[in-house]
Amino acid sequence: MSQTLSDTPTPALTLRPDRHPNRPVWEEPPTAVGQGLKGGVLLLVLAAVLVPLWIVVVTSFSTPGAINRAGGLVIWPDGLTVAAYHQMLVDGPVTRAILVSLGITVVGTLLSMVVSVLCAYGLSRSRSFGHRAILLVLVITMFVGGGLIPTYLVVTALGGYGQYWALILPSSVSVFNILVLRSFYSGTASDLIDAARMDGCTEWRILWSIVLPTSRAVTAVVALFYAVGYWNSFFNVMLYMPTDSTKWPLQYVLLQYVSNGMTMPGATNGGFGSLHTQTAPLSLQMAVVVLTLVPILMVYPFMQKHFKTGMLTGAIKG
Amino acid sequence: MTVTSTIKPKKTQGSRRAERAAGARSGRADKSLPGTRMTWRIRLRRDKSLIIMTLPVVALLLVFNYAPLFGLITAFEYYDPLVGVMHSDWAGLDQFQQLFNDPVFWEALRNTVWLSFVQLVLFFPVPVALALMLNSVMSPRIRNFIQSVVYLPHFFSWVLAITVFQQMLGGAGVLNHLLAQHNLGSWDIMTNPHTFALLISGQAVWKEAGWGIIVFLAALAAVDQNLYEAAAVDGAGRWRRMWHITLPGMRGVIVLMLVLRLGNALSVGFEQFLIQRNAVGHDTADVLDTFSFYYGIATNNYSYGAAAGLFKSVISLLLIWGANRLAHAFGEDGLYRK
Repeated sequence: MSQTLSDTPTPALTLRPDRHPNRPVWEEPPTAVGQGLKGGVLLLVLAAVLVPLWIVVVTSFSTPGAINRAGGLVIWPDGLTVAAYHQMLVDGPVTRAILVSLGITVVGTLLSMVVSVLCAYGLSRSRSFGHRAILLVLVITMFVGGGLIPTYLVVTALGGYGQYWALILPSSVSVFNILVLRSFYSGTASDLIDAARMDGCTEWRILWSIVLPTSRAVTAVVALFYAVGYWNSFFNVMLYMPTDSTKWPLQYVLLQYVSNGMTMPGATNGGFGSLHTQTAPLSLQMAVVVLTLVPILMVYPFMQKHFKTGMLTGAIKG
Repeated sequence: MTVTSTIKPKKTQGSRRAERAAGARSGRADKSLPGTRMTWRIRLRRDKSLIIMTLPVVALLLVFNYAPLFGLITAFEYYDPLVGVMHSDWAGLDQFQQLFNDPVFWEALRNTVWLSFVQLVLFFPVPVALALMLNSVMSPRIRNFIQSVVYLPHFFSWVLAITVFQQMLGGAGVLNHLLAQHNLGSWDIMTNPHTFALLISGQAVWKEAGWGIIVFLAALAAVDQNLYEAAAVDGAGRWRRMWHITLPGMRGVIVLMLVLRLGNALSVGFEQFLIQRNAVGHDTADVLDTFSFYYGIATNNYSYGAAAGLFKSVISLLLIWGANRLAHAFGEDGLYRK
């Protein structure tokens, strides 16, 4: 409705001083009520995301006194301290959990990216031998699956119970991500690739020296999708290592903290492997929340502008 | 090469082999000539490295996606982990019979359908409306800022999202604290089974609605802007332009998203419910997936859980098929073309 017509000259200023320069000339001026409503709703949407995050961060940095005065979560900073972080990182299972989470995320993302990029490139050349059949093998898994229990039985039969690889390998391939990469690769620099092939370049070399350098953005987005998936997963921990608390990643530790802080009327069992019998102090809980957020918030600004490319190539063309 | 040989009269075995070899020798240059066909052997040799590249993924899928398909036969057995899939006693349809006589299973099925339905109704219009609203924001800077904020919760884990909800709306959360300060009583939505459907829909909106606008924004950007100008010149107001230009332009994407949503209807919010199951009680929060988990794995009754899983998969496939039929009936492509 409001996209700029780039070739439209902007006589707007001469017409009306309060007119937005991006508004096409034919569009009627907005009504005050409409503008107000729209602004209000959008502000509400922003607040719904930002206010909880603000409260969580402030509480994690608050002194016990401030938390007491606020009667729970702290909205306005009132006595700040890093005690919660200090306490958490010095003792307790959190430090270990961070390392475990980082390790799983890094190793898993590397593995996922290597196999996905290879596979996507291998399937991206139209008219290559057998690519339709292999593609079918991939796509079928998007619709048909063994489900929870047969997968669990396969992983445990392979000795995955209590092993870190059980948290990585079963979810290491996302067919959706491969389709995103593939549709990008098949549209990329095909003249260059044909020329390189003529000159006797191997496919491995083409992938490494031509395709990867020309598709950095989409590669980064897919890597982010994988990394976030590994970083956020907790259910496979519940499945494959529910008892060994020294191997738990951060999300699962957070679940333990908060599910003990949660009110649970009529709970028959205290969840899985209730480790902490006492409710952790609020600032400590919030500090764990912040720690699970930090890596995401660190990479997010760099990735955000590429999301559209990543999502759309896969969703529409895939 | 073979094209020519099919036109020409039959050749001897030897001459054909020689021809093939010549084709291989003449190398890569002629493979891209239009109308040229090569035998599969040559194409295999040419594309060998491409195929090798796909093997790691194929192997991973075979082990972790296809082998479990084979493992589904446990649903027809009295599976015993000690003797394995191959040697467990055959149960026929006993597991299913037991399943269909289990009131807890029917409760899980009813919850799945109900929660999924409420979520669809409450969730689906939100990203469409948000996208329309965002698209009408003039300043690109504000638009980008809002976009980057609303995409963010998609990258949070469910553990995190529910923790945040708990802290805001829970019994000891910010909202109830404010209510108590003003003597307005308390409102504990986090543990109330009657409002659970609203709660999980609200959580889904908070976490995923922002991310959901990406595809709709793209659909909006693809609408021909000249249509708007022409309509405005002809006297169509903003609401009529939205009704007659914008919404028809988004129809394909909306239908596609609906089809995907319907196909996934039975997989609604597994992790989300798993975390909150204790807070609202299993009779409200158990869906088919959590049923498989709690009555299959947690109790070592694998065959029973697998039967529930198989039931879910079959119904899901039917749903995908049905949703596509529906899309085709509306003249849209849906997930695959007719």
